[in-house]
Amino acid sequence: MKQVLSVQNMSVTFALHNSEVHAVREMNFDLAEGETLAVVGESGSGKSQAFLAIMGLLARNGRTGGRAMMGDVNLIGMATDQLDRYRGKDIAMIFQDPMTSLNPSLKIKTQLSEVLVKHRGFDKAKATNTAIEMLERVGIPEPAKRANAYPHQLSGGMRQRVMIAMALLCQPKILIADEPTTALDVTVQAQMLDLFKTLTDDFGTSLVLITHDLGVVAGVADRMMVMYGGRAVEKGGVDDLFYDPRHPYTLGLLHSTPHIAKRAARLDPIQGLPPSLEHLPKGCSFNPRCAFAFDRCLIERPPLTDAGSGREKACFYEGPMAYGKVA
Amino acid sequence: MISYAFRRVLSAIPIVFLTITVCFFILRLAPGGPFDGERALPVNVLKNLRAHYNLDQPILTQFFLYVGGVLRGDFGPSMVMEDFTVSRLLSIGLPFTLMLGFTAFIVGTIAGLVAGALAAVNQNRWPDYLLVFVVLIPLIIPNFLMANLAQLIFGVYLGWLPVGGYRAGSYINLVMPILILAMPHGARVARLVRGSMIEVLGTNYIRTARSKGLGAALILTRHAIKPALLPVVSYLGPGLSYLLTGSLVVEQIFALPGIGKYFITAALNRDYGLVLGTTILYVFIILALNLIVDVLYAWLDPKVRLN
Ligand SMILES: Nc1ncnc2c1ncn2[C@@H]1O[C@H](COP(=O)(O)OP(=O)(O)OP(=O)(O)O)[C@@H](O)[C@H]1O
Ligand SMILES: [Mg+2]
Repeated sequence: MKQVLSVQNMSVTFALHNSEVHAVREMNFDLAEGETLAVVGESGSGKSQAFLAIMGLLARNGRTGGRAMMGDVNLIGMATDQLDRYRGKDIAMIFQDPMTSLNPSLKIKTQLSEVLVKHRGFDKAKATNTAIEMLERVGIPEPAKRANAYPHQLSGGMRQRVMIAMALLCQPKILIADEPTTALDVTVQAQMLDLFKTLTDDFGTSLVLITHDLGVVAGVADRMMVMYGGRAVEKGGVDDLFYDPRHPYTLGLLHSTPHIAKRAARLDPIQGLPPSLEHLPKGCSFNPRCAFAFDRCLIERPPLTDAGSGREKACFYEGPMAYGKVA
Repeated sequence: MISYAFRRVLSAIPIVFLTITVCFFILRLAPGGPFDGERALPVNVLKNLRAHYNLDQPILTQFFLYVGGVLRGDFGPSMVMEDFTVSRLLSIGLPFTLMLGFTAFIVGTIAGLVAGALAAVNQNRWPDYLLVFVVLIPLIIPNFLMANLAQLIFGVYLGWLPVGGYRAGSYINLVMPILILAMPHGARVARLVRGSMIEVLGTNYIRTARSKGLGAALILTRHAIKPALLPVVSYLGPGLSYLLTGSLVVEQIFALPGIGKYFITAALNRDYGLVLGTTILYVFIILALNLIVDVLYAWLDPKVRLN
């Protein structure tokens, strides 16, 4: 299958006053055409920063290492004006918070049409018409009227639809959606996920879905990457990871997700707190919270290794892992 | 929008009335009167004068007579400069004062906007540090001191600019007063713009704009300027009022023919009519400015406009 994005040995580091925070380390993954990749992990595991880095949107104190190849261009370290030829056109991003991600002082149509003017060279009228069509497509009633509205006149769900429309205007090869449903209420969440699925299928767009809710992943994603303390700890097909997790952290995540944990008859959140990136434990970062940890895990960090059938995991433990036996 | 403006105008009426009342009585409370000169006037002359200007009436009657006059657009005679009505004096000095104030306002606002935006875009790099420092100077040194220093340096020592005075058309004489007036205003605007621009550049919606690949210029001009201007615009009204009042002093220092000259002499001479007239006029100007600013604000912020 054709790969649209290939991330190689990527790292994200933030400079602090007299130290550094490694938010992402040694990240590797490929994204195939039309595929949906879910990126899951607890708060602070580096999910957002990894993809903001690819988009060139890190905070000023951030540095990115490694490569993110989109075809034969490396997005990392690219000069901003050159990056601007790809951002919004071939690779687009939707952010966590629809309430603050639209400019409050500009009409919806302005914020949409400018993308087409910039990347497609449309004139204003044509861009506006196309924008209105796209609003209709994402399920906004009376799109022509809404196009003239300001963001504060729309509900959260509507705003997130606007964000989706905006990101898909140029039919990008890659869409990164950073917790696109977290801020919305549950009924709207399901509609929104449907919408993602339909539109990315229609456009052949590859989707990266960042979330900490495995419930969201279930119906939508093909593959998934589990992150812990800035690193990928398990990767593989969604079904494989759901039914047969190989990393205790993946197991723990499954356990703390209500309607998946039902099968295990009880909800069993992972004990303890996510690690501070500045003071990662020695050995495997997950060891203090892991029920399967043994001596080796305290000394050595398990590398991400092939676990067969297109899966990878970073764990020394090879024995069986039963539900219920999580820390 | 129009009804909003209309309501604002209505709500200004009590403010005007209150100002007139307070000023009227405070002036009368101050010791001395318009006819206390170096040489005491003969008693019967004084009596006639007082009768002529209604000053022998009970103070409340005087007040109502005055308010009645103002309502008819008559600010009364000047009590010190005979043969002049207050309206006449104001119409001589006001155009000059307004011209001076507005020019300084425009110069200061534009310079402040540009400097503040440049500093914000270069946050924590040398242009920013430079601006933050330079801007402190006119904020710390008061107007009159600055004016005198400028006269001394550029007028006397260097001889680049005239020290003061003004004849129609000699615009070179206005350079120094305008800059002196504009500097503290520009400094305040620059600080405000810098702060709000830095805040806006860190918002999620600017990140969205960057993610769309719009480019720095478009992001600044279309996405960042409008929201960053909001706090600045609400300062512009009061800012212009400071400028116009500051202008009274600066006019005096540079011997310029604005109402500043009349106002200060009038206050010293207890020229009740002229002081009140000038004050009322200023209140009007300031209220009008605030109204304009509010309308501008509504244009910038759709939330205000549509509610
Ligand atoms: N500008 C910065 N300077 C220093 N550290 C930062 C900066 N931005 C992010 N970080 C750190 O990077 C780490 C990873 O953050 P990230 O936003 O990727 O988390 P996340 O996995 O997306 O979590 P969430 O689910 O809460 O969104 C966090 O510990 C955060 O404190
Ligand atoms: Mg995040």
